[in-house]
Amino acid sequence: MRRYFTFLWECGRISFVGDWRYHAWMTALTVMSLLGLYAWCQQLVHGLVTTGMTDQVSWGLYIANFTYLVGLAAAAAMLVIPVYVYRNMHLHDVVVFGELLAVAVIIMCLLFVTVDLGRPERALHLLRRFNFPLSMLTWDVIALCGYLLLNLHICGYLLYSAYCRRKPSPTFYVPFVFIAIVWAVSIHTVTAFLYVGLGGRPFWNSAIIAPRFLASAFAAGPAFIILTLQIVRKYTTHRVTDDALLTLRRIVQVAILINFFLLGCEAFTEFYTDSAHVASARYLYLGLHGRHGLVPWIWTAIACNALATILLVLPASRALPTLNTACVSAIVGIWIEKGMGLIVPAFIPTQLGELVEYAPTGREIMVCLGIWAFGLLLYTVFVRISVPVLAGELTCEQRYGVKGS
Amino acid sequence: MSSSPIGSGKRPGGPRGSRGTGLSRRGFLRKGAAAVAGATGLAGALSPLRALAPADWPTLEQFFQSHYKEMTPPEKQAVLERIAREVKARYQVDAEIDDPPPLVGVEYVYALNISRCIGCRRCVFACMKENNSSRAPEIQYIRVLKMQKGSIDVETSDHHYNPPMVPEHDSYYMPVQCHQCKKPPCVKVCPVGATWQEPDGITVIDYDWCIGCRYCEAACPYWARRFNFAAPQVPADQLNVNMSYLSNRPRAKGVMEKCTYCLHRVRRGRMPACVEACPTGSRKFGNVLDPDSEVAYILRHKRVYVFKEEVGTLPRFFYYFDERGSRYREPISTSQPGAEL
Repeated sequence: MRRYFTFLWECGRISFVGDWRYHAWMTALTVMSLLGLYAWCQQLVHGLVTTGMTDQVSWGLYIANFTYLVGLAAAAAMLVIPVYVYRNMHLHDVVVFGELLAVAVIIMCLLFVTVDLGRPERALHLLRRFNFPLSMLTWDVIALCGYLLLNLHICGYLLYSAYCRRKPSPTFYVPFVFIAIVWAVSIHTVTAFLYVGLGGRPFWNSAIIAPRFLASAFAAGPAFIILTLQIVRKYTTHRVTDDALLTLRRIVQVAILINFFLLGCEAFTEFYTDSAHVASARYLYLGLHGRHGLVPWIWTAIACNALATILLVLPASRALPTLNTACVSAIVGIWIEKGMGLIVPAFIPTQLGELVEYAPTGREIMVCLGIWAFGLLLYTVFVRISVPVLAGELTCEQRYGVKGS
Repeated sequence: MSSSPIGSGKRPGGPRGSRGTGLSRRGFLRKGAAAVAGATGLAGALSPLRALAPADWPTLEQFFQSHYKEMTPPEKQAVLERIAREVKARYQVDAEIDDPPPLVGVEYVYALNISRCIGCRRCVFACMKENNSSRAPEIQYIRVLKMQKGSIDVETSDHHYNPPMVPEHDSYYMPVQCHQCKKPPCVKVCPVGATWQEPDGITVIDYDWCIGCRYCEAACPYWARRFNFAAPQVPADQLNVNMSYLSNRPRAKGVMEKCTYCLHRVRRGRMPACVEACPTGSRKFGNVLDPDSEVAYILRHKRVYVFKEEVGTLPRFFYYFDERGSRYREPISTSQPGAEL
């Protein structure tokens, strides 16, 4: 037990150690996080009136980011499946970075939900009266917290074992890895069902939302990991092979194609039928009664996704610069599409046909940037700790001078 | 790739800093300065919270208050007294706050005659006054839609009509408020059970339990729910002092609210404020389980329709037409008032 606390202490200590670039990066992220906290405190004082949300468009940028990040958390599953199911050894050394990303991202998700609450101090009411299984939001709470705990356990166990110079015992983590795979699918499905289950919102009330959500998540998540791994490779001593990146490329390739196909299915159903059902989709893609707020955004997203798809199917994307362009493009495209493009149009027009547009306020954006900065801060710390620990450079032997039993 | 100090697990502790035992003075000063800067930053980030009034912080009593359904009678009494004290402190008025229970054998139903409504919005105004709804920002439970003749598509409706005189030619009016559904999606989605359906069919909210996630607002097909984006403002001299826990007591920022069919009135045998205010008698309200009630008669004999029936929430709010006496066809007979019923 004492050794475990020493481990935590060492982790805390080492996260403050680095060269000037590391310190500059961490300082910048800390400042951003604090600015976000400042904006959130203002929101606590004045209420959600500091955001652009209204009774007409009652969810906005916070829930949009939340939705996108739930997708990003899938990255872990997309690394885990090749390694543990198909025994792909290229990804074996980097799988823990996917799991750590999931931890950071789920914490960001929980923060985005918290800042969206009107009475965050009552969040504990969830423990005292939990409307399970009726409310999909309670399912989502379980799914997200469960996924967080699973990944914390897996990463924590692997890192602690490395710290103690013990070979990790499969019985303590492999079953959890397989549970986490199923769980990763469940967090998307449940989050999609959050929206899909509402009969009063035709834009969401479609069976294709959940599959599309999974497809886009399995594209954006691994794309993010491809970029992250290159950063890890550049700034640390951890070994990341090109083969690992190219394996991920194939995953993104397939997922983004499926996502495009599903987009086509959705667009056809809406626009060919052309019933009253189409109003929100028309607002999103073409504008409705002279309101075009989201049109430039969604076409940017489609352009990004199209570029990413074309680059990824071409052999040219085996070269890293092209692959990186495709990944950035996919991440941006899916952020718009799964964020603002999925959440906001469902509220426009309202259930009573009123057209009220939504634009986030500066403070709302500040809170979002703060959470993103905090998430990146967490992830940087995780990588900072895990690289020397996994490399066997930070062990309990250094501390105690004896080989751990 | 030039330098990779992050990968090394050694303790650099700064370029010329604290290698070995103890801290150098320079290393200590640097760490101290960083800690001070961090603490200052955190304090600065939290500084807006100073603007919160003492009353804005939840007291322990509020923090540990039970859900409405779990309160014992003495607990409920204590809560009602506490709310009265809060109203007194905030508005300097003595309010009567109680909690009338649902009446046995009663299920409330609303019927609205759209061939008579003239779109004057007096219901909206009466509702706002009765329910202590926020004047700034404005919160109104009833939205009157000006509909184009020949269409029931709300997307072509006008929410913000403002002519010198109503009714206007070639349009009809459709007021929409909470439909008190028998299968309410808002109740289903609430993660903390802060909203539920009472035995008399009224869907209510425990304002002290709501966490403000607005999922119910997204779920409602009738746009019946409102959120307090800011602290609601009601002038003290306009406060309706006859309040109840589940309906018109003052709300706080960050929680949902909605129409309760004026629960504090109807459970005492009065009509909802909107029914009383309607100058044309378009609004009818009563106990559908009583076969002699006006609403039971309307449901049996009138041309009734349910708005958005396809969403399947089984509303307790019905729109109906007159065969005669419509303001679009012939004047209401003054010799035989009520003959069209």
